[in-house]
Amino acid sequence: MNVPSDADSAHELLIRDLAADLKPVRRLRPPSVRTFSWLLIVAATAVILAIIADLSALGHRLAAARDLWLAVTGSALTAILAAFAAFQLSLPDARRAWALLPLPATLLWIIASGFGCLGVWFVPGTHAADLSEARDCLMFIIGLSVPLSALLVIMLRRGCPLQPGLTAATAGLAAAAAAATLLNFFHPFDAAATDLAVHVFAVSLVIAANRALSGRLLATNFHAAT
Amino acid sequence: MAAAQAGDSAAYQTLLRDCIPVIKSVARRRRVDADRIDDVVQDVLLTIHRARHTYDPSRSFTAWLCVIADRRAIDLLRRSRRVDMREVHAPLAFESHADDEAADPSRGLAHADATGTVARALASLPARQREAVQHFVLEERSLADTSALTRRTKGSLKVNLHRALKALRSKMEFRE
Repeated sequence: MNVPSDADSAHELLIRDLAADLKPVRRLRPPSVRTFSWLLIVAATAVILAIIADLSALGHRLAAARDLWLAVTGSALTAILAAFAAFQLSLPDARRAWALLPLPATLLWIIASGFGCLGVWFVPGTHAADLSEARDCLMFIIGLSVPLSALLVIMLRRGCPLQPGLTAATAGLAAAAAAATLLNFFHPFDAAATDLAVHVFAVSLVIAANRALSGRLLATNFHAAT
Repeated sequence: MAAAQAGDSAAYQTLLRDCIPVIKSVARRRRVDADRIDDVVQDVLLTIHRARHTYDPSRSFTAWLCVIADRRAIDLLRRSRRVDMREVHAPLAFESHADDEAADPSRGLAHADATGTVARALASLPARQREAVQHFVLEERSLADTSALTRRTKGSLKVNLHRALKALRSKMEFRE
């Protein structure tokens, strides 16, 4: 006859404890649906910003600078794919490779913005951002990333991420890319090297802050609940 | 698992019991030390409980379980590696280095006084914090064992231990 070891007794005790107050749970909705919910909030923000923005100036810019289309497409796609990847990573059985999903869109965003910078050197009469305008860009991206990140983290906490740092960093990329896309409503100048550097700095800052702060929050959420 | 998600306690117990051999096999494959495999089992059981709402019944439960067990085993290996880097196991050095202060006759009195101070500070802590210190520090139990013994979550045990140590530190500083 097998005598149960201390460990077996501990497992049995834990299993009974976990099953004792078992309540029905509401299944988590698929990552695609949760991504769509977050994007709806971003779209609502875009509508509000479009009301107060100078849309004709934006139209002129888009017509004059073809590479801007590519940069906007790249940043918007980065936001969508990074949000989807973050919701995937919030599942406990997610593969780390999901974090690579927004990479092609991010490359498109960076390369298209880089080509925009070349225009400043080769096309006469282009208006590049000065230091105070670059500072405004930085403040806009960070300022808008904070509520978008907070919303995303609240939604991610419904999941159970076993890689909280990576999940939070991907969420940070989604929020920063969304903020950078919405910045185009108020960006009355062509991309320049300083402007691109400011954007890269702002996005990196948001990702790092998310990884440090939200990552801890997601990990705390998991440990507190266990 | 679908029955457990609907609140069927008996099905849930059966499922968790059936998970144990699978978890142990994953942990062994990850080369977790034999004496730590039960820690992985406890961690994974708690993770399943916490994450049960994320499981999609249209997908394979075994695949879901194996990925979680694998990840928790890796987490445990990382934690162990961090502890190994900080701590050195040297029983010979411990035995061959005499404690010079042991020869001091006044040390016994000072030690008794310090022990009394610690005991009083410990007694003044709230019950849950005292319990955490008792099991972790004085009895040197593992987190999983303490969790099973006290029927409290690992998270709350960690929080209570942290608060207890902070409170003890401030009480001892105040008395010094």
